[in-house]
Amino acid sequence: MALSADESGRLAGLLTSHVDQVTQRWTEVVAGQLRGRLSQAELRHQVQELHRALVDALGKGLTDLAAEEGTELRAVLAEVSRGQARQGFSAAETATGVFALKDALLSVMEADQSAGTLRDYVAFGTLVDQMGLFTFESYVRTRESLIADQAEQLLELSTPVVKLWEGVVAVPLVGTLDSARAQVVMERLLQTLVDTGSPYAIIDITGVPAVDTQVAQHILKTVVAARLMGADCIISGIRPQIAQTIVALGIEFGDIATKASLADALRHVLRLTGVETGRRQSRREA
Amino acid sequence: MTSGVDLSRPQAQTVGSDEDVVRVRQLVRTVAVAVKLSLVDQTKVVTAASELARNTLVYGGGGTVEVAAVDNGRRPGISIVFADSGPGIADLELALTDGYTTGGGLGLGLSGARRLVDEFDIQTAPGQGTRITITKWSR
Ligand SMILES: Nc1ncnc2c1ncn2[C@@H]1O[C@H](COP(=O)(O)OP(=O)(O)O)[C@@H](O)[C@H]1O
Ligand SMILES: [Mg+2]
Repeated sequence: MALSADESGRLAGLLTSHVDQVTQRWTEVVAGQLRGRLSQAELRHQVQELHRALVDALGKGLTDLAAEEGTELRAVLAEVSRGQARQGFSAAETATGVFALKDALLSVMEADQSAGTLRDYVAFGTLVDQMGLFTFESYVRTRESLIADQAEQLLELSTPVVKLWEGVVAVPLVGTLDSARAQVVMERLLQTLVDTGSPYAIIDITGVPAVDTQVAQHILKTVVAARLMGADCIISGIRPQIAQTIVALGIEFGDIATKASLADALRHVLRLTGVETGRRQSRREA
Repeated sequence: MTSGVDLSRPQAQTVGSDEDVVRVRQLVRTVAVAVKLSLVDQTKVVTAASELARNTLVYGGGGTVEVAAVDNGRRPGISIVFADSGPGIADLELALTDGYTTGGGLGLGLSGARRLVDEFDIQTAPGQGTRITITKWSR
């Protein structure tokens, strides 16, 4: 427990009777730390919102932030730290926004000795500490999910067509292959086949998290288009879980060569071209 | 948001665009990992969800998907409901036939999704929309 019931009541009283001084000083301290990166109006609104939630919670008899009475207050704290995490404030800046309440309480209690004792101040401080730590945790959770979201978005970026070997181009597909991207990939691949005169294309799906029927259909169409241009396609990077899923779905790749890895696919192509070179040589010898 | 999913209650996702289908996949993946499905089973249920969510979008005219962590007392699992108020399916047997499509697809979405999961329940009628529930248990 952070506070006794009496202390909780006295803190509520102090916050209500000195509402202007507390929010004023609180806002000043935070503004000094953030140096104008949050507008004065936004900041004042945030402080008033926290002040209100804290007074409400104390009014319900809050003695510990983790308790039932603290639900609303925790929601407001989480909202504030989510907002700051998204706006790029540091974890320390976000938490000190809450810790600044201590400065505000101190200046009010110094100016008005009847507002509470030193013992009260220390007790109030432990509740503020709980609030600060909670803010810190919410901040970290928000940042973690932001990072996860960005990683997903990176995966969705389109991928280039590369010349892997003389006569062999490769398209490493990464992320989601929706219709729009599939179209871009197919066009680039066909253009590269023309530009390089390559007879072989390897479509690598190592980076595709799930091959559903739409992805499969896009790949099949690309293979057919490449064939019409005289190029043979090999599909590589079929991981075991993808292979099992494709089989269960009932997708058939027909006579299209498939390989487990890009290296296997390249080896396969080189063997094919090696055989042809061999044949040509023997013809010359004959 | 993909991480920090609250497993204690079902997570809802509206399906109104291609991006939403991607979101459904990501949500299903997160819950499938959380209930400890194997990598193969994660991939299967994510793929089934991708098929059914796309059907919700394309044929159902959009709808909602609800993903829940479940437990049958012996094993944890993932249960997903796809609901739309589109035209419904008149001939279910035909729609569940491999290769049958009215939209120029591969016609393997419904039938394939059924093979990818442990439980598959479908409620549909012309003009009544379509509601599909799938479940995959961890082994
Ligand atoms: N939610 C739905 N509402 C109405 N019709 C549907 C729905 N889902 C599937 N269908 C019908 O079932 C057919 C088969 O679906 P599916 O196996 O996914 O193949 P595909 O998506 O390739 O057409 C669809 O072409 C469509 O006519
Ligand atoms: Mg389909």
